[in-house]
Amino acid sequence: MSFKIASSPHHHSQRSTQQLMQWVALAALPGIALQAVFFGYGVIVQLLLAISTAWLSEALVLWLRKKPVLPRLLDHSALVTAVLLAISIPPYAPWWLIVIGTAFAIIMVKQLYGGLGNNLFNPAMAAYVMLLISFPVQMTQWLPPVSLQQAALSPLDAFCMVFMQYSCSGFSLSQLQLGIDGTTLATPLDTLRQDLNNGLTVSESLQRPVFFAFAGTGWLWVNLAYLLGGMLLIKLKVISWRIPLALLAGLAVPALLFWLGSSGASPSPLFHLFSGATMLAAFFIATDPVSASTTDRGRLWYGALIGLLVYIIRSYGGYPDAFAFAVLLANMCVPLIDYYTRPRTYGHKAKRDVK
Amino acid sequence: MSQFKEISLQGLWKNNPGLVQLLGLCPLLAVTGTVTNALGLGLATLLVLLGSNIVVSLVRLHVPDEIRIPIFVLIIASFVTVVQLLMNAFTFGLYQSLGIFIPLIVTNCAIIGRAEAFASKNPLGPAALDALMMGLGFLLVLLTLGAMREVLGQGTLFDGADLLLGDWAKVLRIEVFHSDNHFLLAMLPPGAFLGMGLLIALKNVIDQRQARRQTIEKGSITRARVTGSVQ
Repeated sequence: MSFKIASSPHHHSQRSTQQLMQWVALAALPGIALQAVFFGYGVIVQLLLAISTAWLSEALVLWLRKKPVLPRLLDHSALVTAVLLAISIPPYAPWWLIVIGTAFAIIMVKQLYGGLGNNLFNPAMAAYVMLLISFPVQMTQWLPPVSLQQAALSPLDAFCMVFMQYSCSGFSLSQLQLGIDGTTLATPLDTLRQDLNNGLTVSESLQRPVFFAFAGTGWLWVNLAYLLGGMLLIKLKVISWRIPLALLAGLAVPALLFWLGSSGASPSPLFHLFSGATMLAAFFIATDPVSASTTDRGRLWYGALIGLLVYIIRSYGGYPDAFAFAVLLANMCVPLIDYYTRPRTYGHKAKRDVK
Repeated sequence: MSQFKEISLQGLWKNNPGLVQLLGLCPLLAVTGTVTNALGLGLATLLVLLGSNIVVSLVRLHVPDEIRIPIFVLIIASFVTVVQLLMNAFTFGLYQSLGIFIPLIVTNCAIIGRAEAFASKNPLGPAALDALMMGLGFLLVLLTLGAMREVLGQGTLFDGADLLLGDWAKVLRIEVFHSDNHFLLAMLPPGAFLGMGLLIALKNVIDQRQARRQTIEKGSITRARVTGSVQ
């Protein structure tokens, strides 16, 4: 299925798909590095697993479809999908989780629709939702930041953990989830939601050790790193500023309204902007050129829709974070958004001027 | 004989209610979580289809054309009631696990479709055969989908077969691989849709291969070219 709506004049750029995808992957590096520092080396293991699975499944399908394997493989779109999925799932999730997820993303979501450029849904996020629905236990086992863990995991431990679910020294994942004082630590978003449900105010909840200043320990820095990477992508014109800006605004404006209304019962906009996957999703996930809206005005609507959905699901839903669902729901709206935001053809006047 | 072959081929492959007509998708997608459920519902549908086709074919000359659909529905509904009561009596566990989908066989378009399209226009013999083959075709699709989803979802085959076949059937249970984590997607409706799509794709691939092979064979026989081989 293709929706060929974008009209001339098109933007021209000397960059190939390969270069664009390379830049996306490179710009994610600082965030990935900080994620490894704050949440353990598991993310590196997941990345390796995801990238090899993605390449294998992409090559397999291309071979089955009798398409040239190497050029398509080297456009790095499979790589970016793999990277996005690997950094979205918990760092010490079992190895088969990321293998199933990546294979699903590449084979079912991307290649069965016709390969790069034809998929309706963001492959990484569709795979994330598939995993979250299929394996809810494994997909919500986030560890507290390294600084709050009882035992720090070495890179070797990370391998043991991912492949055998026990660290080389014999700790299980649930043991590592316990903080120094022996209580289970959840992610900041989960902790805050539980506390609010238990009748605590936001400021009381923010006293807990998983929080640092106004956001989660570690999460704040990871988000800042992705923000930096995203800024770089905008500066290089790899992505347009419209989707990230609209997304962040769509999330921050309702958060601000509710926060002004009752700052005890809803966290500040800053908390929302620097928690969970906000910056990663705003700059790296939602801006997927294939499944996002293609018109300028449409991109604003698309981003804002994701932001609003994220606010709603985070505040009233039961899932660890909301971006995967929000992005998929917005993907479904893209044909409609594109239809109603068609740009004025060059040389034609806008409708209201004609009358 | 050729009619027999044609009817069988139509029901089992060319015009399969599950894969080609895409009728009765609601039970097809909803209850194929395990092979046992699929077998139970497939057999129930087969029985209803057989009964309704036979009766519709017998009364076809006496039914006024204007009210034929309500009459067909009445006939189907009475057979569904019979099957439902039988299952309630003899396979109670399966009756509970299939739940609403047994009475919903009434609304299975595959059944009214066969009554309207075939049984109401053909004598008893072909009508019964058509019902049998269509029912078998539907049953086979259900079984394949059920097997796919059960293996992927919980790593077993024929889990709970004793609910349908009695206590001896516990030995049928095969553990293909052991898994502590059930692959919920395969067991939920989205998995059924994905599995169904893959099955239809597989059928199309087989059909295309066959069509291509036939044209090649024909081409090499009928055309005589000296300039080169024709693909």
